[in-house]
Amino acid sequence: MNGRFQGGGLRAYAILYLLFLYAPILLLPIFAFNAGTIVAFPLKGFTTGWFVQMWDNAALRKALTNSLIIAFSASILSTCLGTFAARASTRFRFPGKGAAIGLIMMPLVMPEIIVSMSLLVVLLAVGIELSILTVILGHTLICMPYAVAIMTTAFSSLDKSLEEAAYDLGETRFSAFRLVILPLVMPGIISAMLMCFTVSLDEFIIAFFLAGNEPTLPTYIFSQLRFPKSIPVIMALGTLLVLASIVLLGIAEYFRRRGIARTGAKDTGGFL
Amino acid sequence: MTPIADRKPMIECRQVQKYYGDYHALRGIDLTIREGEFFSLLGPSGCGKTTLLRTIAGFEEIGSGVVLIDGRDMRGVPANVRPTNMVFQSYAIFPHLTVAENVGFGLRRDPRSAADKARAVEEALEMVGLRGYGRRAAHALSGGQRQRVALARALILKPKVLLLDEPLSALDRKMREQMQVELIKLQRQVGITFVLVTHDQEEALVMSDRIAVMFEGEIAQLDGPEALYARPASRRVADFIGVMNFLPARILGETDQAVTVDAPGFGIVEVPSRNVSRANPGDAEPTVGFRPEAVTLAPVVGRGPERAVDRVTGGVIEEVVYYGDMTYYDVLMDGSARYDGIARPVRVSMRNLFGREVPDVGTRTRVIWSPGSLVLFR
Repeated sequence: MNGRFQGGGLRAYAILYLLFLYAPILLLPIFAFNAGTIVAFPLKGFTTGWFVQMWDNAALRKALTNSLIIAFSASILSTCLGTFAARASTRFRFPGKGAAIGLIMMPLVMPEIIVSMSLLVVLLAVGIELSILTVILGHTLICMPYAVAIMTTAFSSLDKSLEEAAYDLGETRFSAFRLVILPLVMPGIISAMLMCFTVSLDEFIIAFFLAGNEPTLPTYIFSQLRFPKSIPVIMALGTLLVLASIVLLGIAEYFRRRGIARTGAKDTGGFL
Repeated sequence: MTPIADRKPMIECRQVQKYYGDYHALRGIDLTIREGEFFSLLGPSGCGKTTLLRTIAGFEEIGSGVVLIDGRDMRGVPANVRPTNMVFQSYAIFPHLTVAENVGFGLRRDPRSAADKARAVEEALEMVGLRGYGRRAAHALSGGQRQRVALARALILKPKVLLLDEPLSALDRKMREQMQVELIKLQRQVGITFVLVTHDQEEALVMSDRIAVMFEGEIAQLDGPEALYARPASRRVADFIGVMNFLPARILGETDQAVTVDAPGFGIVEVPSRNVSRANPGDAEPTVGFRPEAVTLAPVVGRGPERAVDRVTGGVIEEVVYYGDMTYYDVLMDGSARYDGIARPVRVSMRNLFGREVPDVGTRTRVIWSPGSLVLFR
């Protein structure tokens, strides 16, 4: 109504806020294409050489492969487990439900350094060797809350009668789930997987603690920051990562919204 | 057609009890619903009517008692093999499927050929007036269309019993009235036993052969619509179905044919025995009741429409509520405060005849009534 009159100050604030958030990210592609080795203005000229150098770097390729394996495995694992948890919490009533879901969601707010350290202590105590596998387990733990949150929305936007209707029409409990519920929450499942993939791909602390000698993209980038000459390559890499994240999250949100539109429910938010 | 009372029982409930934890949801339901009957379970929310319906469908386990469908004990028979199908309150249309896929959903395990099934789907759609809608996406349908798809989807399996859980409550008034008539026609056409759950007394009266009125997990009265309306078994049933005036009464005497009472405004009346209900709670005082349309108002001057059996009492119109086709009047009958000095206006309804003026507030009037239009709760 009177937004026009209040708009001035708040609009400036909003613009500054967004600049503060995103301007540093905008610097990434600028320096990724800058011909100079030093990350500073003025710019020296345009080059795509850093991207070529990045691709020729075997250690970086190794880190990328590791990260992709980890992200892929962790996203599938956490989405599966998250789907089970969300289904249980939306469909059934049982004692200790609130506590169980609360504990699953906890890693979202717990300091990651604490999680990583305690995981490291446990793994060492049990005698499990640090490898990609341990990172996958750690990432599954921190991705679970995202998967549970997305899948809970997906399940709870479904009418409970849908399953009963399918059962009433002669299906078994399992086939009713497979024929009706699963297709309807499939957009949610895809969305959860993409979200978890993104979270895992750029996760640093757990990967740093639990990967042993295996590099992941974030730990590799961190290790390269000591060498000024490799910084432009990191900028190029960062540019690609930002691009990939935006694309993945965009697709995830598309599927989440499509899932909600399909069931005819009202959109109650989400991560984007 | 065979009268309902002579047809074979389709659903029989014997002493059905259901608990949710400490909550006693069904308190010993005894009920026989006959083949081809349009039966309604009517009651306020929380009275157990939906629980009873879901018990018949097989979605709820019963604590004790027996449910028979077509003579077969339903203990241990899950919902997916019972000869019942359900139309859900939300319709539960599968939003990711087309209309035809929804309607044909129950035929998945049917051994017939795909072409035969497609024909069955088309027939079912035609039956509910949705011919040619098969290829549409289900989520794009209107409320009334969803309702029809839900009906077709349930009826295509040719169940012995169709269960309807408040199927019309989500529709607007016009659509609801139209669907009521269509449902009656459809039921007559397919001849399947329909069991309808509703909280809308008008809907139950319009559609049902018989109605079970439920309060707090018990059946308060089971009767045809006319008997239910004209001779409610208790004050509570009378209050729930339609509008009824209640006046305190004093019982003066009783014969085989009638109970003589003294009621404010009406004086000493012989209420016919068939209008007397004994299902009044023990400590409540006797009450005389009558429907707003059971009495007639007439101008004080001129000849009234009364017959020989009618009696006439004077009164004053205290309030006029105009509804277009009819008008409600609150009338203070002469002598209505005679009991205890409390003035008790009664509500009278009159059809607005064309060209006849609606009397104003304060007009003196004659109230024409007969002892047969009164019911007594004692």
